[in-house]
Amino acid sequence: MGVKLLLEKASVPGIRSYDVYRREGGYAAVEKALKEMSIEAIVEEVKKSGLRGRGGAGFPAGMKWSFIAKPEGVPRHLVCNADESEPGTFKDRYLMEFLPHLLIEGLIISSFALGSNDTYIYIRGEYAWVATILEEAILEATKNGWLGKNILGTGFDCMIHVHRGAGAYICGEETALIESLEGKRGNPRIKPPFPAIQGLWMRPTVVNNVETLAAIVPIIKMGGEEYAKIGVGRSTGTKLISACGNINKPGVYEIDMTISVEDFIYSDEYCGGIANGKKLKACIPGGSSVPILPANLLLKTAKGETRYMNYESLSDGGFATGSMMGSGGFIVLDEDQCIVKNTLTLARFYRHESCGQCSPCREGTGWMEKILQKIESGKGEMSDIDLLWDIQIKIEGNTICPLGDAAAWPVAAAIRHFRDEFEWHINHKELAQTSNFGLQHYADPIHVPA
Amino acid sequence: MSLQFNKEQMTEFNRLVAHYPEGKQKSALLPVLHLAQDSFGGWLPTEAMDYVASLLSIEPIEVYEVATFYSMYHLKPMGKFIFEVCQTGPCMISGSENIIAYIQRQLGIQPGETTKDGLFSLKLVECLGACGYAPMMQVGKIYKEHLTKDKVDAIIAEYRLQAKA
Repeated sequence: MGVKLLLEKASVPGIRSYDVYRREGGYAAVEKALKEMSIEAIVEEVKKSGLRGRGGAGFPAGMKWSFIAKPEGVPRHLVCNADESEPGTFKDRYLMEFLPHLLIEGLIISSFALGSNDTYIYIRGEYAWVATILEEAILEATKNGWLGKNILGTGFDCMIHVHRGAGAYICGEETALIESLEGKRGNPRIKPPFPAIQGLWMRPTVVNNVETLAAIVPIIKMGGEEYAKIGVGRSTGTKLISACGNINKPGVYEIDMTISVEDFIYSDEYCGGIANGKKLKACIPGGSSVPILPANLLLKTAKGETRYMNYESLSDGGFATGSMMGSGGFIVLDEDQCIVKNTLTLARFYRHESCGQCSPCREGTGWMEKILQKIESGKGEMSDIDLLWDIQIKIEGNTICPLGDAAAWPVAAAIRHFRDEFEWHINHKELAQTSNFGLQHYADPIHVPA
Repeated sequence: MSLQFNKEQMTEFNRLVAHYPEGKQKSALLPVLHLAQDSFGGWLPTEAMDYVASLLSIEPIEVYEVATFYSMYHLKPMGKFIFEVCQTGPCMISGSENIIAYIQRQLGIQPGETTKDGLFSLKLVECLGACGYAPMMQVGKIYKEHLTKDKVDAIIAEYRLQAKA
């Protein structure tokens, strides 16, 4: 069993309630931070921990905090990004649903460190029942003196507000989230100015992911240095992975980032192997926008070394032969899955979610979907593959926000690693409607569990 | 104006607006539109949007541009129960297509349509963050996960019963 810092208490009966959470040692980190530590000391511990943003970008959290501007007389805000919408990702939902007080505890400490008296949780609108769970937990925390005026006699006032979105992937991007929180369409802003200078209502704002903020609790409890000892290299602490697709045990797992991808997929403690005795074909290891990898490149790097579940190892080889840790949305595809079809559903997703501000994304995502639809439905031509490649290149890097990149990468990686499957679809139009390419293209032997 | 929040809905409106600083009441627009949709028959006629604009002291256009952007707001009348079935990658590889086809057959409607009795609408949606529990759909504020044909039958029967009650 690996180290558990976030989900350690997840299976304690009644842990969702304040009384049980408190009895299990909850809110001790708030007491320690607010009573014994200075703001500078808290930020320092977070920096020392090496904690990287758990939403997908992996930016060092302590550094992000240190950017916040502190102009005299201007309120600052912490916003918790709970807009979890990246396909394959459902870890924040789990955390909020089962351990709402852990998030609230992290939010109180972080609000104190950033000087936020009004902190917002922006939760995706569809998680309506989770929003209710959070509101109930906030009420309990307020009744018990952890929120409100003059918390623990420190003179610090803090209230947490739950704000429900209304169905828009783009609002997971921090400036779109801020726009949405201001009651507008989720159109990302041009940066700079960065939210740390001018964010919510043009006030200094830090936006952090749910898991990032929950991780503040163990960091304060154990100290940044101890936290950094868990994991490897710049992948410190633990990471929640939401595993889904064709595996025996889909679910949310906390890993310490020293485990190999192979162990994660095949061990009974985690995914429990590929479902129905099938073989592993491919995997999207960090949420739908990161590059898909064929089984051989997933389990071993291009150099033939074991690949591990951490930021560095998953991106080893760059986009040519590697992928990304991303949000931790781990999507496993078995031998029966069609790469063209899977890519089509993702292209449709990004076309649907493009906010429409930037032409390369607005137009390009639609074209990619149409061309993939054409190939998938048996009407493709060979030149379509190059056309797809060309469109994704023209989207990447040419948009205000990273949604353009997120739409381009899955298409690029699918063509890069599975071009022969696209060609097969075009060369065998009728056959492709009833059967599937399977594993034919592998040069390397596929891992078969013993 | 005939569409108006009742006393209870008005209390909820005030609670929602109170989350934001004075003068920033426009921030409550998304939550208030949810309230309006729930209060006025499950969709947002222009009249409802104009009413929300007046309550928040903003221009109607500011409400329209938001209501048309987010996928959870319905701009036309919907069935009493809306089956919003996820069709994105992780659900697709877990068999959502069979489930969608089965729901279509059982309800006798295509995606985007509502049954003649006004009970059910079918809508295909993108990832709802339940990938590990696929295939799945959202019905109102509830997620129905690990869908099978039997489970779909039971869900339809459950809502038919609920509508009679």
